[in-house]
Amino acid sequence: MTTPYGPLLDSLTRLRGIRGVLVVSMEDGLVVAESLMAGMKGPPIAALSATLATWVAELTGSSGHGLPRFLHLQGSDGALLVAPAASDLLLVAVAGRDVPLGLLRLEMLRMAERLT
Amino acid sequence: MTEDIRALSAQYAADPSSLVFLRLAEALRRRRQLDAALKIALQGLSRYPHLPEAHDLYARILTDKHDYANAFDEWDTVLRLSPDHLGAHKGIGFLYYRAGEPDHALYHLRLAAELDPGDAGLRAAVERVAGGEEIWEAPMPEAPPEREEEARAVTVAAGDPFAGLEGAEERLLLVDPDGFRLGGGLLSSDGIDVSEAAAAVVAGTAREATRAARMLELGEWGHLTVEAAGVGLCLLKPTPDTSLLCTMDAGLPAGQLSFFAERAAKAARGWLERVR
Repeated sequence: MTTPYGPLLDSLTRLRGIRGVLVVSMEDGLVVAESLMAGMKGPPIAALSATLATWVAELTGSSGHGLPRFLHLQGSDGALLVAPAASDLLLVAVAGRDVPLGLLRLEMLRMAERLT
Repeated sequence: MTEDIRALSAQYAADPSSLVFLRLAEALRRRRQLDAALKIALQGLSRYPHLPEAHDLYARILTDKHDYANAFDEWDTVLRLSPDHLGAHKGIGFLYYRAGEPDHALYHLRLAAELDPGDAGLRAAVERVAGGEEIWEAPMPEAPPEREEEARAVTVAAGDPFAGLEGAEERLLLVDPDGFRLGGGLLSSDGIDVSEAAAAVVAGTAREATRAARMLELGEWGHLTVEAAGVGLCLLKPTPDTSLLCTMDAGLPAGQLSFFAERAAKAARGWLERVR
């Protein structure tokens, strides 16, 4: 991983239970940078995250609340977390079951502010 | 855009016999000031008892107040006065759909779509009820046999899923997989009723959440929570074929939103069991 986002992603992947972290272009759902566990594929995660974020943005927009600041999809076996950032980027994390979600949320929000 | 209620009120006060009551009551309805809207609509109806637009307006207000039986009667009156009334066909189509009468719903919605071919939302509604775009190739059917009393009975019995819950008409929205509102309502940040527009987006978002959870091997998804400017949203599925959106002021603890959403989901499940 040689992108300028490397150190930022690595600091998130050090958290317990994180399977992968990506920077994604929201408009086209492409991977900009990624740090993933072995066996995980970045492109589908990026595409699904971008599509979900687009739907959620339409939902918050239609109710007059502007753009979403944070999304958390909780499943029985894991979670998808998305923090929209500037320049149409998304900071995305895929987490397992035993994850300190509060800490992860705070870290993602803090790092999303630094993404450009 | 909602018209200025103050200006419309002034016009109405200056000339109570004018047709401005239609615009004033509609503006109040959109602001969810339903009792005030009802009062103005009834005053107008007393002056113009044969005006289809007045009955249509009254029916929309009654629908917002979950008085579906009387709304049905009002739209029925509209269609007797004006058989090609767009709003009445849409309204009765919605009530029939809600009552689980897809044939009747489709008949009225399709008539409405023919009256207003440029309404993309209406065309999409027809296709959802019919199950595909092929409906446009089929000839327009005869009106299904009248079963008004049954439709009225079902809509009355159904009531509202969130009756008695705080925010039932402003913060809770239950939708079916096709994006039709089944109950509750949603107000925008500036107090405008956005339930119908949001319903389709809620269903689409739930579909996308299901797809993402499956493909990313997250297991069954329990909820999607969203933080946005001034509001927290929680989307969940009370049953496999419905979606529920709950909203709450952003300043409140996240746990309170979850508690509120679970309570609403339980109410929705109970209501769906009764209706089905």
